[in-house]
Amino acid sequence: MKKRLWFIPTFVLSLTLLAGCAGSSSVNTAGGDEEDEALTLTIEDPDYYSTLKGRNITINVYNWGEYISDGSDGMLDVNEEFTKLTGIKVNYTTYATNEELYAKLKGGGSSYDVIIPSDYMISRMINENMLEPLDFKNIPNMKNIMENFKNPEYDPDQRYSVPYTWGTVGIIYDNTVVDEEEIGWDILWNEDYADRILMFDNPRDAFAIAENMLGYSLNTEDPEELEKAAAKLTEQKKVVQAYVMDEIFDKMGAGEAIIAPYYAGDARTLLDEYDNLSFVIPASGTNLFFDAMCVPKGAKNKRAAEMYINFMCEADIAYSTTEYIGYSTPNQAAFDLLDEEEQTDEVAYPDDEFLAEKTEVFRNLSNEANQKMQDLWTDMKSAEEQTPNRVIVPVFMLLCIILSVTVIIRRHIKAKKDIF
Amino acid sequence: MKKVVSAPYLIWMAIFVIVPLLMVAYFAFFKDGHFTLDYVANVSQYSNIFIRSIWLAAIATAICLVIAYPVAMILSEMDTKYQGTILMIVMLPMWMNFLLRTYAWMTILGNNGILNQFFGFFGLGPFKMLNTQGAVVLGMVYNYIPFMLLPIYNVIAKIDKSVLEAAQDLGCNRAQVILKTILPLSMPGIMSGITMVFVPAISTFIISRMLGGGGNLLIGDLIEMQFLGNSYNPNLGAAISLVLMVIVLLIMTLMNQFDADDDRPLI
Repeated sequence: MKKRLWFIPTFVLSLTLLAGCAGSSSVNTAGGDEEDEALTLTIEDPDYYSTLKGRNITINVYNWGEYISDGSDGMLDVNEEFTKLTGIKVNYTTYATNEELYAKLKGGGSSYDVIIPSDYMISRMINENMLEPLDFKNIPNMKNIMENFKNPEYDPDQRYSVPYTWGTVGIIYDNTVVDEEEIGWDILWNEDYADRILMFDNPRDAFAIAENMLGYSLNTEDPEELEKAAAKLTEQKKVVQAYVMDEIFDKMGAGEAIIAPYYAGDARTLLDEYDNLSFVIPASGTNLFFDAMCVPKGAKNKRAAEMYINFMCEADIAYSTTEYIGYSTPNQAAFDLLDEEEQTDEVAYPDDEFLAEKTEVFRNLSNEANQKMQDLWTDMKSAEEQTPNRVIVPVFMLLCIILSVTVIIRRHIKAKKDIF
Repeated sequence: MKKVVSAPYLIWMAIFVIVPLLMVAYFAFFKDGHFTLDYVANVSQYSNIFIRSIWLAAIATAICLVIAYPVAMILSEMDTKYQGTILMIVMLPMWMNFLLRTYAWMTILGNNGILNQFFGFFGLGPFKMLNTQGAVVLGMVYNYIPFMLLPIYNVIAKIDKSVLEAAQDLGCNRAQVILKTILPLSMPGIMSGITMVFVPAISTFIISRMLGGGGNLLIGDLIEMQFLGNSYNPNLGAAISLVLMVIVLLIMTLMNQFDADDDRPLI
């Protein structure tokens, strides 16, 4: 899902902080021991990976930003390991939203071999015939994927996708300020915390929260229900400090805001850094999301792409992926490698019963419903806060008139001058 | 000869300016190959967003002009050996990435930001500065002011000093010299400054998103939403862009009238 793109801001922040306490600079030298542990890589069937060697193939991989173990912090550099093993070069680029990926593929002119969209985008792409069916003979590591993540709703026959990560949406909050016993979605509407609440800047995620509160399906297409959800969101506007996505990370970290909805994976990374933050998945239910690897239609190197997907499902690789990005893994072999503490982490791995009964996966909505949602969202966002600024239109008209009159007068004067 | 030299630029223009413009127009007016006014008509529902964008961009442009003009004048009167240095200081922030500069403002204006911490020393605040329209205007002014300063400075610096002396000889006092000679002579600079600030300001989307908190939609946000939002509407996006272009064209034509003495039209 939405990953933070901007590490720079954290850098700016820490810079200002450093400037603030010039004397006590504590440089964080991240764990030296971990390096040795992570760098050993065992591959199950090395022979398979050598079948395309020496053909000078390059595959284009298009993934979310910050969504792969890239060799920093002493972790594995997944792409480099893949190139070492197979001789296939990886041209790795990133995107920030599913919609960006969709627009890029739809607009044409690009050629990708592996993409990693989320659930609803996968079903949309399947519907629009934008994905290539996978040849699972080339992806033997599919056996590592947990049974309950196979044949998901977005790809019922498991023909087009291999799950990469999954997670839920919950609420991250500052436990030194927020003291409610039970935290549900309605805390995002609580006026006591007005102007210290953040909200998703993405209609689908924002509507899902309102829909859950109203007891609707997260995939409702009923215009009336959508309108009620939009009314709920409009009601929330007066307590919302800002509509943001990636910035939640920095704003919550810096204490700018105290409550925000967030993805469990990113929240875990944030929780590791700040003790005053807690994360809770509301008992009323939430959105369960998947990101899965697919091959788009027109991919030039389908076999190499499948090899890459298989490689991503290797136990060690999937393990370093989940360790690095914080999202939950659907890979049983990688799950077994996690510490017990992580395996029982309620944030990352809620119990099966809750997942089965209280969570819902996004499906692709019809064009009409999507359009309706976007219109309602635009209306909500462009609605003026408390006091609409009524001066704007008259002043603007006045300015236009003054401007036109000046122009006319000037022309007259000039015309007169020209006579002489 | 002239033609040969300008050929690469003309080809560039044709491929990367004219063709995309025609494509925008095509997307805005054609649905599956048939002419339609639907998309353009649909734009009307967003008129409040248009007005807000024009309004904020106009305020930002006016502030830029009010700040940049005196600076340009003072700068041009300075000793030439300092002018380069000062100009470089003005340009310095532009060497940094645009996003980074805007992001820095988020940490300055925030509730726990540097400014509010400063006010906190005196027991004031915290003031809500971030996520307001004021913050959006500030972001525009900060990011685009060099585009106002540079053209004005260039024009003023090139004004023949003997013209100013002549004005003084003819009995103008300091204020009259500025009003009657420097101001009219620097009009071309002011005009290109206004164009260069107003046009990017009206179509910006990242500033309003980062400093406006997402609650102050501008046209740029609206256009972006048509492509990267929930539903993919390249046609509506193109129609909004087209309407925006027409508005800019109108405003620029109006502005150009002031500059009629100069025979190089700005657009």
